[in-house]
Amino acid sequence: MIGPFVGVLFDGFAYGMLLFLLSVGLSVTLGMMNFINLAHCAFGMLGGYVTVTLMNRLGWPFLASLPVAFVAAAAASVLLERTLYRRLYRASELDQCLFTIGIVFISVAAAAYVYGTVQQPVQIPDYLQGSATLAGVNFAVYRVFLVAAALVITLVLVAALEWTRFGARVRAAVDNQRMARGLGIDVDRTFAITFALGGGLAGLGGALAIAIVGLDPDFAFAYLVYVLIVVSVGGLGSIRGSFAAAAVLGISDVAGKYYVPQLGAFLIYLVMVGLLMWRPAGLFGRR
Amino acid sequence: MAVAAPGVAGPQQYLENQVRWRRVEIAFWLATVLPFILTPTYLSLASQIAITALFAVSLDLILGYAGIVSLGHAAFFGLGAYTAGLVSKFVWGEPLTGLLIAAAVAGLVGFATSFIIARFRHLALIMITLGLGLLLHEAANSASWLTGGSDGLQGVDIWPLLGTFKFDLYGRTAYAYSLIVLALLFLVARRLIHSPFGLALRGIRENAVRMSAIGAANRTHIRKVYTIAAVIAGVAGALLAQTTETVSLEVLSFQRSADVLVILILGGAGRLYGGILGAIIYMVARDQLSGLNPQYWYFWIGLLLVAVVMFLPNGVLGGLARLTRPWLGGRR
Repeated sequence: MIGPFVGVLFDGFAYGMLLFLLSVGLSVTLGMMNFINLAHCAFGMLGGYVTVTLMNRLGWPFLASLPVAFVAAAAASVLLERTLYRRLYRASELDQCLFTIGIVFISVAAAAYVYGTVQQPVQIPDYLQGSATLAGVNFAVYRVFLVAAALVITLVLVAALEWTRFGARVRAAVDNQRMARGLGIDVDRTFAITFALGGGLAGLGGALAIAIVGLDPDFAFAYLVYVLIVVSVGGLGSIRGSFAAAAVLGISDVAGKYYVPQLGAFLIYLVMVGLLMWRPAGLFGRR
Repeated sequence: MAVAAPGVAGPQQYLENQVRWRRVEIAFWLATVLPFILTPTYLSLASQIAITALFAVSLDLILGYAGIVSLGHAAFFGLGAYTAGLVSKFVWGEPLTGLLIAAAVAGLVGFATSFIIARFRHLALIMITLGLGLLLHEAANSASWLTGGSDGLQGVDIWPLLGTFKFDLYGRTAYAYSLIVLALLFLVARRLIHSPFGLALRGIRENAVRMSAIGAANRTHIRKVYTIAAVIAGVAGALLAQTTETVSLEVLSFQRSADVLVILILGGAGRLYGGILGAIIYMVARDQLSGLNPQYWYFWIGLLLVAVVMFLPNGVLGGLARLTRPWLGGRR
């Protein structure tokens, strides 16, 4: 009785960590510049396609392709930010939404053009396959790897934001942009770096996610909703909030699908609407 | 936009000026009859356009005028479609009563959710509308004993309109029916927008805090317009269900909410004819490019969105108005 329950809990947590990796970058950029970047998951999709290409066509090992996915997505996001997004920082929410949805449409079509609409085969290495049994509970090795990766990234991210000079600049810019500018912080540059970091994390998240959720051109749309849920429920600009929201949503989604399959994705949306009505600024939101 | 032109005596005069029918408008409504003569083989497309235009007009009321960004407006469209479909399947196939029942159901749900909508703004509001839309989509998907789930609702049978006009294959009745309903509800929307209530909505869009400071009941206004928009969207959905005699799960999808948003922005939000013009451009383009893979169709839509946001902030109608203003002597 307890065994399957812990298993579901763990699977849900692993799924939540996957959502966390995909969404944490959006949370920081949204909280910092108030820019609604609905194209965030397109960077995740890019990371996924980079990994697939490196592994299947060039024969790279899985682990070696992950940093490349990060760098490629980071480069693409900073390029987009410098050329297009920065013009829209003062535009209305609606304009930002529409513009970035346009980017998603274009990226989906581009991915379909290059790779076709079929699911891409993803072959994870042998040492990450299979499962281990501990105290009567089955743990899939890849999910353990995923959770470990997410925890390491969270720790590094929190440490970088709490204890480095760059982190102090980012926090200052999130808290009060005008004041930060007044103190001589180059907010534009800080933002460009943060944006690259966020896009890169999405790319890495995408590369890690495809082994579980698969990869096709719909990725950028299918996970957009989940990422938005995590970000808005967690509260803008809060890493802790995104972490907590991703864990709650991942577990409730997996548990819902396991125990009441007829409800489908109903539960996760219900949790979101309920949480947002209770706290419109998110669990850890300040505004 | 809503600034009184110089030389206008007062608010009363301003509203009366706005209400007056322009020649372009009359010409436009006369032109809607042309498809019967010019393109009789495209009448079912024309009826789809009229339905989409009605849906876009309903979104325009809340988005263009009251400034409520909704990513889940298809919820009401789908509610109307499913209600009309179910009424014809289980009760009777008389179209007009089906339309009224669908409008009532969509309006009731719209009224119930309007209490939530009026409480929130910004990102939370966008996310809540999105969440409610997705909830309804999932509900319809899992209640397959009633809705047919992802297979769509089968067995919709619509009786002839007014007992005489059958819904033919060429879509003659369908287009006439959709066009008349569109015109009637457009009149309602037009009257609404040019009333003091419509002015109050625009005030809320521009500055909600100031509106409540001068004593406007913001939440009541938003609740009202949201319910009205829900009714109109429900009617549009019902029209689709009745003219195509089928209801698929797609009527509730996020894609449909996103599409109608694109259509409205393309035509020009906050302008009465924006939704209609957007629907015409979008549907005709899609029909002409239907040989294309749908994925590539979205490439062009994406490019269009990016271009509209960058270069035409008020949509095609806004761009046209800017072009023609010098000749019309600054008239708005």
